[in-house]
Amino acid sequence: MSDKKNWPLWEVFVRSKNGLEHRHCGSLHAADEDMALENARDVYTRRSEGVSIWVVESKHITASNPENNGEMFEPAHDKVYRHPTFYDLPDEVKHM
Amino acid sequence: MSEEQIRSLERQFEERIARDEKIEPKDWMPEKYRKTHIRQMSQHAHSEIVGMLPEGNWITRAPSLRRKVALLAKVQDEAGHGLYLYSACETLGVSREELYDQLHTGKAKYSSIFNYPTVTWADMGAIGWLVDGAAIINQVPLCNTSYGPYARAMIRVCKEESFHQRQGYEIMIKLANGTPEQKEMAQDALNRWWWPSLMMLGPTDAESIHTEQSMKWKLKRKSNDDLRQQFIDQTVPQADLIGLTIPDPDLKWNEERQSYDFGEINWDEFWQVVKGHGPCNKERMKARVNAWEEGEWVRDAAMAYAEKKQERKQKQVG
Repeated sequence: MSDKKNWPLWEVFVRSKNGLEHRHCGSLHAADEDMALENARDVYTRRSEGVSIWVVESKHITASNPENNGEMFEPAHDKVYRHPTFYDLPDEVKHM
Repeated sequence: MSEEQIRSLERQFEERIARDEKIEPKDWMPEKYRKTHIRQMSQHAHSEIVGMLPEGNWITRAPSLRRKVALLAKVQDEAGHGLYLYSACETLGVSREELYDQLHTGKAKYSSIFNYPTVTWADMGAIGWLVDGAAIINQVPLCNTSYGPYARAMIRVCKEESFHQRQGYEIMIKLANGTPEQKEMAQDALNRWWWPSLMMLGPTDAESIHTEQSMKWKLKRKSNDDLRQQFIDQTVPQADLIGLTIPDPDLKWNEERQSYDFGEINWDEFWQVVKGHGPCNKERMKARVNAWEEGEWVRDAAMAYAEKKQERKQKQVG
């Protein structure tokens, strides 16, 4: 193995068509952002899967830790009043 | 962590998988799960990459432009599939360079089928039809495997793979309906690729060391022997349809089992090729290592250029 600098890792997000969000579809290695975009086109959109691509160097992504999912997400679990089904309505009201 | 705690985590982990929950990269996982996945996914990625070599051999000699663009697209897909799988593998904390190194030093394996030579154009047909056919049978169940990044990569791979098999079968149809020489060429390719394709589905269940654990983790949904039977049952009628003969004198429809009985597989040959003594093992590795080493200056130049651009940008800002 060489001690030279390897091409960094990039995360790839593709918008499949206008009106839809960009979605993460994988990662790849590239020397810079221009090459990352071109490689992303060749690796992830060979069959017209996209109309727009985002690439971001993986090291810039901050991710939550699943081991802390308790503190992170539990506060939402006991707030049933945030959902419409929490509220009682008479049967006569059909749509609300 | 105490052993007790680890055992409890492992139990919860197995339960999650049994409930069909997916495991994602940052989730806790047993070390054996991580290692097994790195091994299987990288082996799979290496197979895609080495698998480009036997077919690359025929791109410049394809008999028509139609065949050439199709073969080129297929080989390009294989590069793509290798890349999806390497990137899925890297989510488990192993670097691309380590993975390449394992391949190039012979530490990691790839599918033995690619150690057979591609001597005629008909081999492009046989590979697409049989080798990709067997690969699809192996891969479809993996779309549902427990490790999220692997399952997602496999969904993309399977979507793209069906064209590979169809283009191969189409080549065989054309040759089988052509001149006597062309038909003979197709039959010869079937004769040479049939048995190695059956071996591709792995050793018999009795000999397979990883099956039980792999079933639990959904790295495997059916046993090697079941997959092999499925492949034979689906392929024999396809051969009949185009007037080619499966090179197995013991092949016979079994009315009771509603399946084909088939002859003994030469497992000595299989293990010989796995151990590196197939017809092309050395040639494949040499081509792969050459491509990597001769590309080094390009990779270095691209990195140097990227750094120079970055520096220039920073100077302008400063």
